[in-house]
Amino acid sequence: MNTPNISSTPARTQPFVRPEYVRDTQAQEQDQVLRPLSVFETLYGQSWLRKTVILIALALLWELYGRWLNNPLLFPSFSETVRAFYTDIASGLLLKRAASSLQTLLIGYGLGIALAALLTTVAISSRIGTDLLESLTSMFNPLPAIALLPLALIWFGLGTSSIIFVLVHSVMWAVALNTHGGFRSVSKTLRMVGQNYGLGGFALVGSILIPAAFPSILTGLKVGWAFAWRTLIAAELVFGVSSGSGGLGWYIFENRNQLETANVFAGLFFVILIGLFVENFIFATIEKRTIHRWGMQH
Amino acid sequence: MTPDGNPVGASARNALAAPQPLLEIDNVTLQYKTREHLVTATKQVSFKVYPSDRYILLGPSGCGKSTLLKAIGGYMEPASGVIRLKGQEVHQPGPDRMMVFQEFDQLLPWKTVRQNVEFALNASGRLRGAEASERAAYYIDKVGLSKFIDSYPHMLSGGMKQRVSIARGMAMEPDVLLMDEPFAALDALTRRKMQDELMRLWEDTRFTVLFVTHSIEEAIRIGNRILLLSPHPGQVKAELNSVPAEEMGTASQAQLEQRINDMLFAHGGH
Repeated sequence: MNTPNISSTPARTQPFVRPEYVRDTQAQEQDQVLRPLSVFETLYGQSWLRKTVILIALALLWELYGRWLNNPLLFPSFSETVRAFYTDIASGLLLKRAASSLQTLLIGYGLGIALAALLTTVAISSRIGTDLLESLTSMFNPLPAIALLPLALIWFGLGTSSIIFVLVHSVMWAVALNTHGGFRSVSKTLRMVGQNYGLGGFALVGSILIPAAFPSILTGLKVGWAFAWRTLIAAELVFGVSSGSGGLGWYIFENRNQLETANVFAGLFFVILIGLFVENFIFATIEKRTIHRWGMQH
Repeated sequence: MTPDGNPVGASARNALAAPQPLLEIDNVTLQYKTREHLVTATKQVSFKVYPSDRYILLGPSGCGKSTLLKAIGGYMEPASGVIRLKGQEVHQPGPDRMMVFQEFDQLLPWKTVRQNVEFALNASGRLRGAEASERAAYYIDKVGLSKFIDSYPHMLSGGMKQRVSIARGMAMEPDVLLMDEPFAALDALTRRKMQDELMRLWEDTRFTVLFVTHSIEEAIRIGNRILLLSPHPGQVKAELNSVPAEEMGTASQAQLEQRINDMLFAHGGH
């Protein structure tokens, strides 16, 4: 067993035999293991700081280009836009317009999510439901919400309900598609664990499937939010004023008609600001408290 | 190759005590469908598990041992035959048969170690409130994870995750703990340590465990009774008694290992 006779073959290299050694590793442990990061490394590790630097750089470029072009009618500089923005914020006009937009948006977004939840529930409870969801999303998801606006005008007239209709359309498919995809990708083991506890039906969905699919659900909510926001501004632009108080889209439209380009920029600027706020504060906080903490996403 | 430990003598000794079997697998044939075929995983398998058994299902891949465990867990219906737990037929999953899976992702990632164990107790309606958290803490301490009780699963190593799963299974105080190769995905050193820990836990509480493995060494180390299954389809080849703990590492362990090895591999499938 120990000495196979193959070793008797000549010219067969044997591994070089080296002396053994054993070391005491405790003695030299102090340095090297932990080193504090330098100031630059610490600052560079902060994502908000990196993003702020990028934003400042972009604003600076904008300002320089605006001044070099020197044509406020075509392209107002950053400082002119900020001034117009500040004036209209101070007078309360911009805030009123934004509030009107946000109100419509939240109603549409909420309704869209509720309908998506309903559709997804139908989809996971039966195979025919899955087919229904898949057919409906493949038909309607690629359809731009704005394309439905003329139809909405015929059905609901010139008012907020038309805008809400197109908002629901833009939110619901994205949310339903992502949620359903999330449910399907929940690992079989986790489902079996839930069943092992005696859970089934809605209890299984609520306490196992929804949290397990939360990364996808959150992606759906984010995409849905972005779609809704875009659709809303576009719809308001097409609509002009609807029910007495217009939204941000109307503000932009109105100022373009009066050739107040700086105010048009200010309106767009506010749309961007609200988008940044929702993304970086609301959604980021939800992410930090849920999927980051659970180690589901890094 | 001398047949060691007379099986007839052993069963005669058991018959003297004559306890009620806890789990009865009676002539169970299991089949499942793939896209193209109807696969027979096990054919007419029968065995009995008694209270405080460390019962091992041992066999090469394809002998249907994991499928058998799933059926006992209630995740699939036998094509024929009956599975009885305490005289009651098994038809669906339930907290009286807790599964410990091989996969590390069996813990709910959105709950801490403590919450994972507590949630099992709450959701199954076994215990609520303070009693649940007390029992959770007790079993988490038993597997030596008190320091990590408020950590999320993603912060733990593979071995620690499996310990939590075992603690969760034990905290439910099920009639039988079903373990599906729980240490197979661990490295060899951790695996060995976990085997010793499982034995220590068993010494403590004397729970009944049904343990699936494809490692002969693990089977002898953990089990007191070993069911050998042959593959394609899974059929019972032998039911053996393992060597007692104090004879571990002696010639009788090596002998049993050799004997099982010969039975599984020497003359092929049958």
